[in-house]
Amino acid sequence: MENILNEYQSVAVEAVKVWFKAGTLKDFPSNRGGCIKYKNKQIAVFNFERRNEWYACQNACPHKMEMVLSRGMTGSADGVPKIACPMHKKTFSLVDGSNLNGEEYSIATYPVKVVDGEVFVGFLD
Amino acid sequence: MIKVIVVGNGMVGYKFCEKFIAKTGQENYQITVFGEEPRRAYDRVHLSEYFAGKTADDLSMSTSSWYDENNIILNTSELVLKIDKENKSITTHLDKVYEYDYLVLATGSSAFVPPIKGVEKEGVFVYRTIEDLDAIMSYAKKIKQNGATEAAVLGGGLLGLEAAKAVRDLGLNPHVVEFAPRLMPRQLDKGASDMLQSKIEELNIGIHLNKATQYIEGENSIKGMMFANDELLKVDMLVISAGIKPRDELARVSGLVVGERGGVLVDNTMQTSDPYIYAIGEVALYNQMIYGLVAPGYEMADVAAEQILGSDKTMRETIDMSTQLKLIGVEVASFGDPFIENDEVVAIVYENKFSGIYKRINVTKDGKTLLGGILVGDSSDYNGLFQIYSNAMALPPNPEDLILGSRGGESSTMGSAMDLPDTAVICSCENVTKGSICCSITDGACESLSDVVKLTKATSGCGGCKPMVVDLVKAAQKSIGKEVKESICEHFHYTRQELFDIVKINKYTNFYEVVDHHGNGDGCEVCKPVVASIFSSIYNDTANKHVTTQDTNDRYLANIQRNGTYSVVPRIAGGEITPEKLIVIGEVAKEFNLYTKITGAQRVDLFGAHLGDLPKIWKILIDNGFESGHAYGKSLRAVKSCVGNAWCRYGMDDSTTFAIELENRYRGIRSPHKLKGGVSACIRECAEARGKDFGVIAVEGGWNLYICGNGGANPKHAVLLAEQIDKETVFKYMDRFLMYYIRTAGPLVRTSTWLEKLDGGLDYLKEVIIHDRIGICEALESEMESLVGTFECEWKQVLEKPRLMKRFNHFVNSDEKDENIEYVPLRDQKMPKPW
Repeated sequence: MENILNEYQSVAVEAVKVWFKAGTLKDFPSNRGGCIKYKNKQIAVFNFERRNEWYACQNACPHKMEMVLSRGMTGSADGVPKIACPMHKKTFSLVDGSNLNGEEYSIATYPVKVVDGEVFVGFLD
Repeated sequence: MIKVIVVGNGMVGYKFCEKFIAKTGQENYQITVFGEEPRRAYDRVHLSEYFAGKTADDLSMSTSSWYDENNIILNTSELVLKIDKENKSITTHLDKVYEYDYLVLATGSSAFVPPIKGVEKEGVFVYRTIEDLDAIMSYAKKIKQNGATEAAVLGGGLLGLEAAKAVRDLGLNPHVVEFAPRLMPRQLDKGASDMLQSKIEELNIGIHLNKATQYIEGENSIKGMMFANDELLKVDMLVISAGIKPRDELARVSGLVVGERGGVLVDNTMQTSDPYIYAIGEVALYNQMIYGLVAPGYEMADVAAEQILGSDKTMRETIDMSTQLKLIGVEVASFGDPFIENDEVVAIVYENKFSGIYKRINVTKDGKTLLGGILVGDSSDYNGLFQIYSNAMALPPNPEDLILGSRGGESSTMGSAMDLPDTAVICSCENVTKGSICCSITDGACESLSDVVKLTKATSGCGGCKPMVVDLVKAAQKSIGKEVKESICEHFHYTRQELFDIVKINKYTNFYEVVDHHGNGDGCEVCKPVVASIFSSIYNDTANKHVTTQDTNDRYLANIQRNGTYSVVPRIAGGEITPEKLIVIGEVAKEFNLYTKITGAQRVDLFGAHLGDLPKIWKILIDNGFESGHAYGKSLRAVKSCVGNAWCRYGMDDSTTFAIELENRYRGIRSPHKLKGGVSACIRECAEARGKDFGVIAVEGGWNLYICGNGGANPKHAVLLAEQIDKETVFKYMDRFLMYYIRTAGPLVRTSTWLEKLDGGLDYLKEVIIHDRIGICEALESEMESLVGTFECEWKQVLEKPRLMKRFNHFVNSDEKDENIEYVPLRDQKMPKPW
């Protein structure tokens, strides 16, 4: 199942080649996640309304490879926005995908932009 | 290997083994234990709890594997008949011969039966072993069926009063018969005895002092006791608890020196007249005395172990006979010399008949030294007084302040436990000093109270020192700068209870309001569900109202499983279900290809539902009369029941109906952790109610209500809150208990842990929810009433509002299901492909 993880590599905003239209503002609930499908990828998108920020990351938990991160709970640790996996409560930074529990596996993150009420997620291809 | 044989498997014999194997140098020794009883050593000090529902296993001192694990050979049901001192061997009743290098006699004592004519009659018992108790129980049951109501206990000492309580618990009216002119003549003076007597008589226990029993009346079985003044006390049962008699018969036949009135003579090394044989506990005659208390017995065990291993430890010259206990609900304590009266001593006595308190302290005339004292009705000063006495500490300028409290506005007269010298013995059962308790924290060996208990064994004997140990541990933690407060997480520096009050007082209804006003940051997976659960507990909001802050299971109203699919559990209250409804469950499982399993809570769990299928599944279930079973919530799960007297030939009441009523009353209420209940229709306890957070068991004359049990990682039996109460009272106490728990427990703290941590424990809880000591019962009841009255099925809410259904789509931008979910076959069903 590790090959699932190879599908997901973090994308820097300046490297984006494709801005995929994931939906409109009302498709995404505030302060929690929604999952979108792009090609064969599942991406969790978070409307962190409280911070007026948007984040996106792989939907697969890197611990057990289940497609569940969008169903996790958002929050912050020392001011860093984070997502807690609903399976075993592993937490990851939404900014850089790093693991906040001191374990090895981390997640891939993607840039998000909102233009005229429409939500776009950035990919390399 | 050097062979050590221990004869006797009681508390002291067990303690000898425990102490021995903990010492250095013991590796070269092989211990073999012989016990004539079929059981492992058990706790006789708490024997009367057997009547209150404890099992023989609960009372056991060790687990069944303990002896094996520690390489000790245990031979139960094997009686040692003879010691051959010349050849250093013993012979048992199985005609087996075992050799020893050292022999330890821990044969204990038996009940002393006074030579009264007729004691052999049916219905006369002694109070000593679990077998005695079993016999008393079955006899009491038998005579009660024939209409008997009265029973006597011979002996007004410590054990006698315990036995009287036991008799009362069996539903008979006890009469305590004592030869001496006062109760507990070894511990109490006249004033203290009078006070104890009046308190006990209030509980309908008859007290007959100064009574010499002439003979037992009755043909074959006892019908009464005839006293010296020709007065007849009519009773149908007699329990003798008039003292102990050392079990020295083995020592006698083997030629060891025994005392005139029994007991194996030992010196201060616990050695008998044979240098290779030691005697400890209630069989040992030390200083011309037999000591019937646990603490000296344990000390003897330690001395004997040290001696055998070659050290020169000896027994103390004077043995402390101080005791503190609760007798039939009355606190009693005595310490030092309680009776001392001479020209050099003054006694200060406080007597308050209104509140039933008697206190006496004996102080030297110069007012400098405390020599002993007695407390009845309120023994809360005992630990402090005992420490002052045993450490010969200075007294306050007015020694009466010690029992009256200082009346000049100053705080405590006793000082805090931290003022004691390091050498002060805090736990006298296990001989643990203040120094060793505090050091275990400050040197980093222990972090918490439970660590300290594990390491030092303090509080594990009689438990009387627990408040002091708790204080010392807290103070030691503080001294090394350890934060003792249990705040929830980095976003809130409050406990759950404080947060509960904050939300309630400020009427907050939204998580971010709370974190903005009373916390910091954006919250997290720990504090969000806590606050969401508090909202639910206060306003009875269903999980639909706080979707963002609910944990996943509450957010999707289902339990997430290993592969990210969910399981579905409809409520089957009390485990009662019609064939029609069972068929509906089966049809649903077939239609959505779900793995089905019966749960431990008498329900059916359907596994493997896709997120998107959940609303469809629930539509069918709700249309067919089901509702959410809240298996995903920190809330009431289920109330398990036996079938009860509707069908069962043993059932004493209708347990199924009661379970359904309880489950429907508390369904949906959010709490700090999940709640489980059980109702059994008789003491066979088929519903395993005592393994639940609350359990109700039908008994003669009503229901017994047990609380704060659980299975799980640390199984714990529920404890008795109230007995023989009617249904209405069960609901009343349940309302108060649950609401008090919901208000005060920490996040994810089950009721059993909550009770363990509750200051004052079960006694305090009873004060609060039965006697309304802090005046909150009315509030608790009305809060519960408002929750009970506003229940709504949250799955029904979802189906009625399409807006709420949106969250059950796996994708925001597609109607597809998650294609990553794979299954493999499992017997006739399926399971997720392993990770």
